[in-house]
Amino acid sequence: MSLSFDRIKEKLNILADAAKYDVSCSSSGSVRKNTTQSLGDSSGMGICHSYTEDGRCVSLLKILLTNHCIFDCAYCVTRKSNDVQRAAFKIQEVVDLTINFYRRNYIEGLFLSSGIFKSPDYTMERLVAVAKKLRLEENFNGYIHLKSIPGASDELMREAGLYADRLSVNIEVPTISGLKLLAPDKKHEDFTKPMLKVKNEIIQYKSEKKIIKSTPKYAPAGQSTQMIVGATGESDKDIMYSATHYYKNYNMKRVYYSGYVPVAEDSRLPAIGTQVPMLRENRLYQTDWLLRFYGFGVRELLNNDHPNLDMDVDPKLGWALRNMEYFPVDINKADKSVLARVPGLGMKSVHKIISARKFRKLNWEHLKKIGVALNRAKYFIVCDSSKWEHRDMEGTKIKGLILQNSTGKFRKEYSSQLQLFS
Amino acid sequence: MNATKTLIYDGSFNGFLTAVFVAFEEKILVSDIQKNVVAQSGLFSETQTIFTQIDKAKRVWNGIHKKSHSAIKDIYFAFLSENNGVELLLYRFICKMFAGTTSIATDYSDGIVLKISQLARSVGREKHRMEAFVRFQLTKDEIYFANIEPDFDVLPLISKHFRSRYADQQWLIYDVKRKYGIYFDLDQVEIISLDLNEIHTNSLNKSAHFEDEEYNYQDLWNNYFRSTNIKSRINLKLHTQHVPKRYWKYLSEKKAV
Repeated sequence: MSLSFDRIKEKLNILADAAKYDVSCSSSGSVRKNTTQSLGDSSGMGICHSYTEDGRCVSLLKILLTNHCIFDCAYCVTRKSNDVQRAAFKIQEVVDLTINFYRRNYIEGLFLSSGIFKSPDYTMERLVAVAKKLRLEENFNGYIHLKSIPGASDELMREAGLYADRLSVNIEVPTISGLKLLAPDKKHEDFTKPMLKVKNEIIQYKSEKKIIKSTPKYAPAGQSTQMIVGATGESDKDIMYSATHYYKNYNMKRVYYSGYVPVAEDSRLPAIGTQVPMLRENRLYQTDWLLRFYGFGVRELLNNDHPNLDMDVDPKLGWALRNMEYFPVDINKADKSVLARVPGLGMKSVHKIISARKFRKLNWEHLKKIGVALNRAKYFIVCDSSKWEHRDMEGTKIKGLILQNSTGKFRKEYSSQLQLFS
Repeated sequence: MNATKTLIYDGSFNGFLTAVFVAFEEKILVSDIQKNVVAQSGLFSETQTIFTQIDKAKRVWNGIHKKSHSAIKDIYFAFLSENNGVELLLYRFICKMFAGTTSIATDYSDGIVLKISQLARSVGREKHRMEAFVRFQLTKDEIYFANIEPDFDVLPLISKHFRSRYADQQWLIYDVKRKYGIYFDLDQVEIISLDLNEIHTNSLNKSAHFEDEEYNYQDLWNNYFRSTNIKSRINLKLHTQHVPKRYWKYLSEKKAV
């Protein structure tokens, strides 16, 4: 193997390893049609080309431009004081890797982030230069996700959106007090300023496009952010209220939740070797889904009486057990929004039920075939059958029955946790 | 009264649609519809060979299309599943469609409808998998080449995707199991058959057909794949659920190094 490939390989290993804690892998939501017989075409549907051994999707070449950094954020593996190997890609090297991986159908595109070297603008300029080269010199229509560097200027953020499909700033620490503790060099405004700029540009470009059709696209896949879970002592309520704030005020497409993987010995953080809170992360994503697709309000799921999600049951079931007065629901009559609140019914099942019940009244057999998780749903519904759960049971009783008659992939984790606290 | 008959067709989708046309036109009581390569004569039914006629196939296609947009896709996808007996299932489905005045394609409480929608979904999943799992290797004559071995006959379904994505490179995707491929020559996609004397998997042995640089990129990809994994979150069960083992031999990132 030639010398330059060896060097690239070394850089790739360092800079992919440092980028992997960013969990976003989305490559969807942006349509770039290949109209000039050139390279790449995005239909708006993302493709996961592979999955790592930790079960996460590999859709984009996710790398840092460099892991040199002038900041010293405690949670970050590339922080200034950490004793790790440093490397930096040249702009052309990232372009070549992206194009050659894309041509072989390994990836949907590039996700480029970076440590902050010299200054935020100096760094952001280089990220923009990679995207610009891909679009203008290589005529590349694949997906590009650029990180908005905290503190970058409005002009650069404006340019970034012209070449990137998605922009993101990771808020990382869900609360302002946590941020002060873990990233004393960064101000909360450094994160929100580029977010606000991107949000406003998206709105402006969209409204201009309505009048002038040739208006270029600006970050068509929107922006996203990420929060670390379990690094500081925040509650699930803190996290989800914060997430709701970003969805609402910055029109976020996605908020990602990343169970903290200890990367340093630091008295402010969980010790190295502490288990990654994967179950908690999973429950937060379920909650996020309920808010975005199932019509739930965040205050219904998390409030002062219930500041944390149940570990042993999913958040929808948890809500249902606390609100038994809503049930039972009649499968053959209830509205879509009511069906969506029944534990064991996903939106796909809801749509199938609504289609199928136009032809005949549905009974247990139909529901089973459609794919409803009856082991949970049966306590909350009636259908075209006299055999339904007549007993007027307390939520806790139902919960016991459901747990008894099912297995969950995290069961081992919380049953040991339960023993710990009982 | 007509006796029941088994219809024998050439295995193509148009052939199948022609069989449906003939069955309707001649009011045949169909006991089965079979491909000519696998045809077994039933003990009590006679057989009739169907000759594919595009115009007749087209009339059936248009007829279904008029009834329901989504049904036509489900029927084509389910057909490509090559599932044993899928032809008869589809025939019954089409009869049902034409018998009623309303579209039945979303009646998921009906056994046949549900089965076809499930088959179509499996084929759709395999199509999506192949769009993800194709790994091109650059040959010395500048063709991006990939072998695949999909569960279902999805080449006709993925052609458009690759055509619009890789419009400025020559590429060839060859189905090892069904012994045919699709080749894009920078102008159009052709169906081709090849005498492959070796199947190109992710083997460690370098083939003389490929550039050295090709192996460098495979090496880089393989390295990337390992570097991006978080060891403290390992979940091999989830990994193999998403990337079932039968696909591994064509994935360069799963090469044993």
